[in-house]
Amino acid sequence: MRAVLGAFVLILALAAPVRAFEIEEDTRFAAVGGVVQAELAVLSTTDTEVLRPVLAAFQARNPGIALRYTVANSQQVFAAIADEGAAYDLVISSAMDLQMKLANDGLALPLRSVATATLPEWARWQDLLFAFAQEPVVLIVARAALGGSAAPRTRRELTQLLRDNPERFLGRIGTYDPAASGAGYLFVTQDARLSDTFWRLAEVMGGLAPTLYDSSAPMIADLKSGQLLLAYNVLGSYAAPRIAGSDALVMVELEDHTLTLLRTALVPGTAQAPELGALFLDFLLGAEGRALIASAAGLPPIDAAALAAKPHLRPIRLDAGLLVYLDALKRRAFLEEWQAALIQP
Amino acid sequence: MKGGGSLSLRARLVLQLLVLAALLAVLLFQAVRTVAGDAAKETLDSVLGAATLAIADELRGSDQGVTVDLPHEAFSILGSISEDRIFYRVAVEDATITGYADLPMPSAAQGPAAPSAPIFYTAPYRNAEVRVAMVRRVVLAGQLATPVTVLVAQTRSGQAAIAARVANRAAAIGLGVFALAAALSILTAGSVLRPINRLAEAVGRRGPSDLRSVDHPTPAELRPLVESLNGLIARLRAALTRTETFIAEAAHHIRTPLATVRARAETALRKAESEDARETLRAVIRAVEESARSASQLLDHATVVYRSDRPARESVDLARLVEGLANSFGPVAGLKDVGIGFQGTEAKLEVMGDRLLIEAALRNLLDNAVKYSAPDTDIMLRLSREGGSACVEVADRGRGLSGSAQAALTRRFARGANVGDVVGSGLGLTIVDEVAAAHGGRFELAEREGGGTCARFWVPLS
Repeated sequence: MRAVLGAFVLILALAAPVRAFEIEEDTRFAAVGGVVQAELAVLSTTDTEVLRPVLAAFQARNPGIALRYTVANSQQVFAAIADEGAAYDLVISSAMDLQMKLANDGLALPLRSVATATLPEWARWQDLLFAFAQEPVVLIVARAALGGSAAPRTRRELTQLLRDNPERFLGRIGTYDPAASGAGYLFVTQDARLSDTFWRLAEVMGGLAPTLYDSSAPMIADLKSGQLLLAYNVLGSYAAPRIAGSDALVMVELEDHTLTLLRTALVPGTAQAPELGALFLDFLLGAEGRALIASAAGLPPIDAAALAAKPHLRPIRLDAGLLVYLDALKRRAFLEEWQAALIQP
Repeated sequence: MKGGGSLSLRARLVLQLLVLAALLAVLLFQAVRTVAGDAAKETLDSVLGAATLAIADELRGSDQGVTVDLPHEAFSILGSISEDRIFYRVAVEDATITGYADLPMPSAAQGPAAPSAPIFYTAPYRNAEVRVAMVRRVVLAGQLATPVTVLVAQTRSGQAAIAARVANRAAAIGLGVFALAAALSILTAGSVLRPINRLAEAVGRRGPSDLRSVDHPTPAELRPLVESLNGLIARLRAALTRTETFIAEAAHHIRTPLATVRARAETALRKAESEDARETLRAVIRAVEESARSASQLLDHATVVYRSDRPARESVDLARLVEGLANSFGPVAGLKDVGIGFQGTEAKLEVMGDRLLIEAALRNLLDNAVKYSAPDTDIMLRLSREGGSACVEVADRGRGLSGSAQAALTRRFARGANVGDVVGSGLGLTIVDEVAAAHGGRFELAEREGGGTCARFWVPLS
């Protein structure tokens, strides 16, 4: 009876491999040693290339574990777990709000280990959600646009710079479109929450016909080509290796506040091998994983001392407050206000 | 120490106080836990209620219907007080405007909420128990009064964590209180029982013949006991006194007629002509003499018993006393051709004591020595100083102790195994022993080297 049922389930599984969520990359890594004892499935918003050395080190340390690494954008990652119950053992995402919603809605499994216990309070939520990288959100400005003076240090100085040189910056400012980009939405809502000067900056940028981007890659490309002189709210860890070597661009951490994004991971309730997910998370949070994240992946690992040394870095609070901006009515209201500030006739 | 299954008062008291302390500690533990748990629950409830009200305040009506602009503070405050999962729902009738559409509404029993005060209820939601705050508001939307319900729910792991912390602390407090109470109860038991212990000690310290009444300071509860004890002692003392008085009276009443009998017998002896009658009369006189001696010993003993309760304290010059006694016994000893030697000391030997008692004791010793001495021997009286005591030694060449133990001889009416032919009451050595004890001294009987008995009598020097 059981065998018949098992066969039936197998047929079903083979017959319905359709996945509704959109996948950008799907990579399989064979187990070290050739003999596969178990397979770890990771769903992530982080590009395969970024984490490849970390994945390789993990597999070297745990021979016999095959690895499947799937990349999707943050909305798709959320939908895969929340709506489709996709079977992944670890979910990595830079969308803190969506990760928070997964944990809050009871879709994450609790974890307790030596590694998770060493995380500072602000870098985890309950024992469900854990951050493994802290990435400043920066301003990138072309040296040519500064006219010999120093780069702006605060939003007030930035606003002043834009006001004083409208002809220079007109049509040459780029930022995320919060309506289209999850990360962009998170950044502007947090900016709006943290400072009043943000709305003035938004209005000034709105007057200069900014270009709105869905993702970072084209924005960086336009900066490098010289089409953009200034990009506001760019993930520093993503931009840094791409503009390295270019002397024309300056990366600025604004001193009134610089949002710091926490890249988080959780083991979803749908995991088929949650212990493998936990094992990989422990590796990410452990000494070897942290070192690799910093050196090979180019992401700043969780480090309370680094934050204390730069008091302007404000990690986005990993708490229930993140849920507010996910509320449909709130989102609509906020975006309306954003449009009103930015899109000027 | 004491047999029997009954617990000591102290153990009983400590045990009961400990049980009481344990009970109080448990009560305290429960009370702290309950009160603190309720306080935590109320605090979390009021924060949850405040968040719900904050959301309700953002309700807006328009021609399109009701909208709400969720205030970030409402959630971040909930998030900062505890890392609990949060759910919310804003609904018009049963139609959800925003939030979690399946968040349960309160049951009818929980009643309608006043517009300003949220109501709270607990419901199961998404595999967890959640605490829900509900606020009802009426919003004017498109000129229609629309009732809107705002629900905010929170899991209570934060409350559970607080409860666990409180329970730990309450347990520590309970243990502390118990330890303190235990220490105090041991101290209390000690202080409550101290007067009883002191009384028991004071009564226990008394000598066997101490019949003074107990005048130790005692707490009111023990006074009846002490009073009855004193009554008993008084009755015993009275009975003893009566007995001794009776003996003394009896001895006195016997002595007087005996003197008359003796006088008559002596007269008759002088007038008697036949040797037979004379022999008979001499026997009568000897018997009368012994009876008189017994009677006076009984009298002595009664005196000793009576006086040794409260012996007089006066300075007694032993040398003079002994010399006087030796002189008074001289004629009687002379009749048996027994000599009495006396050897004193250079220094005066003065003791504090009852002259009458000491004299009675020494007289009995000398009397025994004379009585049991063989004819033509000497009795040696020797005074000496030994440490803090004066020693009077009476040594004779009599028949000795023939193995009888001293303890046996100093019992009342006990006599040696080898004295069947000599008249005696068996009281003499008892008197000596009792007098020595009453003065804090000592009495010893030993075989004398070369035959006879050596009696030593010690009295502490003044």
